[in-house]
Amino acid sequence: MATEAQSQASSGPAISLPSILIVFLLLAAASYAALIWAPTEATMGLIQRIFYFHVSSAWSGFISFIMVFIGSVAYLRTRALKWDWLAVASAEVGVAFFTIVLITGPIWAKPVWGIWWTWDARLTSSFLLWVLFVSYLILRTLLDEPERRALVSAVFGIFAALDIPLVYFSIWWFRTQHPQPVIGDGGSLAPRMGYALLMCWAATLGVMTVLIRVRYHLEAMRSEVDAYRMNVSRNG
Amino acid sequence: MSIARAAGIILAKELRTEFRSRELLGTTLVFVLIVIVLFSFTFNPTSEESRRFGPGLLWLAFLFAGSLMLQPSFLREQTNDTLAALRLAPIDPFSILAGKMAANFLFLLLVEVILLPVFAVLYNTAILPVLPQLLLVLALGTVGLATTGTVFSAVASQARLRELLLPLLLLPVLAPVLIASTESTIGILRDPPELSLVWITFLTSFDVVFLTAAWLVGEYLLEE
Repeated sequence: MATEAQSQASSGPAISLPSILIVFLLLAAASYAALIWAPTEATMGLIQRIFYFHVSSAWSGFISFIMVFIGSVAYLRTRALKWDWLAVASAEVGVAFFTIVLITGPIWAKPVWGIWWTWDARLTSSFLLWVLFVSYLILRTLLDEPERRALVSAVFGIFAALDIPLVYFSIWWFRTQHPQPVIGDGGSLAPRMGYALLMCWAATLGVMTVLIRVRYHLEAMRSEVDAYRMNVSRNG
Repeated sequence: MSIARAAGIILAKELRTEFRSRELLGTTLVFVLIVIVLFSFTFNPTSEESRRFGPGLLWLAFLFAGSLMLQPSFLREQTNDTLAALRLAPIDPFSILAGKMAANFLFLLLVEVILLPVFAVLYNTAILPVLPQLLLVLALGTVGLATTGTVFSAVASQARLRELLLPLLLLPVLAPVLIASTESTIGILRDPPELSLVWITFLTSFDVVFLTAAWLVGEYLLEE
């Protein structure tokens, strides 16, 4: 049986036209800032411009994973399915952003470092984080009953999110204990580069919000359809 | 009934079940042995190399063993429908989890302690002078393995493809434990041996974080 809150959540469009317009403008501005307005990096050249999208995707992916944690804790406390929808929407968007990070990283690394991949601390932990939340999504597909799925995956979501700082610290200490060539610039960014990065972050945050809303809306509709289906089968 | 007493009773029940059949311990022991032998084919286990790679292989073998061994912890209850009976008992639900964690901790530690001398012989490492430090690392690492493993065993037992699912959930979460215990074992086996305080502290905090998390949210997994 669909509750009132469920039908409310799924009635009306997921996102309004103005919000799409704003995100579109943000993306255009960010692309201009990153690709044209920011100065070309002295040693790496044009390829460095991928950095703006790479880093901002990682930051937005992080925020998505934190939202998985928030959604999971809130679900366990309130048992309102909407928090589970938030958790799954955020997890999928976070995995998508980290996929971008893991793809743009090697594209940048090949010409700059001469190799596609190195087991550097940041690369390794991003990779592990991605795996962690992919297994969260796989777990969800293997649980059928909605309430059970929400409950069990909330517990795993909390454990996975708690693991994030531990993964970062352990890999960071592990890698810095071993000598390795100095990687990355390590220096400060030119002011315009900093602004371009912030622009890109604002744009990816906008994309993140829109995607999570759309996905949340989809999950709400799915849950409503499931409820109707169950109702029909129960009443013959 | 206090949590500790109830957990103690569950622990006794787990131990009794296992020592009547002894199937879990025996199978896991042989499994780890196979892994250790197979690892020796992937590189030349000479003295110098094995000192560098040995601890990592050993811990990886323990992690694999854990991800298989902890499977029946909740599965067994489910197939026999005994979890419902446990839930009906007038005890704190966390004590069920705590009792199982303690039992799994003891099983894993037992397997590790039996295999440690075998590993020392096969990989030509002197462990006797540094035994106390090694046992400390083993215990701390195993607490983390048993805590997360028991909770995830309850998670996986409710899903489809559970045999495949438990390693998938457990191994990425345990990556910090693998790193920390491998690094501290390497330090202990070095000449002169050194106990890395950083990694010991790290292992302890991993254990504290996930024990607390299991205490706070674990009981939700036992709901009907």
